[in-house]
Amino acid sequence: MTSADEFSYDTLVIDAEKEVEKICSRIRDGLKNRLKRRGLVVGLSGGIDSSVTAALAVKAIGSDRVFGLEMPERHSAKETTSLSRSVIDHLGIDSQRIDISPILEAVGFYRLYDDAVRLAIPGYGAGWKSKIVISSIFEHQGFSLLSVVAQSPDGETVTERLPLKPYLEIVAATNFKQRTRKMLEYYHADRLNFAVAGTPNRLEYDQGFFVKLGDGAADLKPIAHLYKTQVYQLAEYLGIPEEVRKRPPTTDTYSLAQGQDEFYFSLPYRAMDLCLYGKNHGIEPAKVAQAIGLKPGQVQKVYEDIDTKRVTTRYLHLKPLLMEEVPEIVV
Amino acid sequence: MSETREQVRAYIVDNFLFGDDSGLEDSTSFLESGMIDSTGILEVISFLEEQFSIKVHDEELIPENLDSIGNIVGFLGAKMAVA
Repeated sequence: MTSADEFSYDTLVIDAEKEVEKICSRIRDGLKNRLKRRGLVVGLSGGIDSSVTAALAVKAIGSDRVFGLEMPERHSAKETTSLSRSVIDHLGIDSQRIDISPILEAVGFYRLYDDAVRLAIPGYGAGWKSKIVISSIFEHQGFSLLSVVAQSPDGETVTERLPLKPYLEIVAATNFKQRTRKMLEYYHADRLNFAVAGTPNRLEYDQGFFVKLGDGAADLKPIAHLYKTQVYQLAEYLGIPEEVRKRPPTTDTYSLAQGQDEFYFSLPYRAMDLCLYGKNHGIEPAKVAQAIGLKPGQVQKVYEDIDTKRVTTRYLHLKPLLMEEVPEIVV
Repeated sequence: MSETREQVRAYIVDNFLFGDDSGLEDSTSFLESGMIDSTGILEVISFLEEQFSIKVHDEELIPENLDSIGNIVGFLGAKMAVA
């Protein structure tokens, strides 16, 4: 970008070849000099972020040093495994598919989740599907409202605002999914003497859209500095299968289909990217608003929401607090 | 109203500040001071609904009602006057 006047979606365009080279060099450097591991484990969800992360890993260290894990469960979208399979085939990596439903069943996830939803919707039970949604920062003036949306087996939809207890219990139960997956990733990493690659993009990393010690845990995070739009750019450059690149982002966490922008982000990712970039670079809301077709006041609200989320999720980034420094341990 | 204020203040000090109320004024913004985040606001709502037997409606979930001890006391006053 040569001047703020030219602020547009093109602002986020990067030199994909150069970026890939840089990331690959840093992956190799990290493995060799810091992590001292021989390869990388990547959990593959069939989404764009994990696909690009795996492709970068392959480009950096070769397909024989990358191990892919597909970890669907009962609530995963049907297309998940065919998409992750296509990425595995494309990359030519060794992989394993583990249905994590029995593990989740054993820790009581499905029962705990249903019990928690029933606190808000007493009729909820077998055959129902549900998801959590957040109020639009444009429609609701005030604190974010979190609601559970449930669909009965005969298609009736019920929406209830979530009070504290069911909200916390739903989130706590759901976090079992990301933590179970991470546990398996580290099992394979330990078995192979590999490290674990995390898959957050910049929006997720900055806004705390991850589970602590779940998908937030990793030894390196190759795309955490990249806006989601840029991840798509790299996906194209790296030849990620088209069906993966064309699929709208999903949380793939709840049984009812859920877009990331109805659960967490206030805007679809392309617009959210520009707002985050604009805020990070001190660009006036009016300029960003013009580029994405919103009102300046709306972009101002997104800027404020970005700050709110940064504050709320700071805990997720924190390392354990020590009561006193241990100077001999340098990381 | 001063009894209500004391109840609210005692809850805030106990639940969020672990008993240390230094610097906490009736006008201190919970959000701006970083004392309470969005999950904390859910805790506040839960406390108000249980303690004062009220129902906080969606449109009432705004900083003007909930973001300081003073705002909460004012909100409760208006709410209970209607009840």
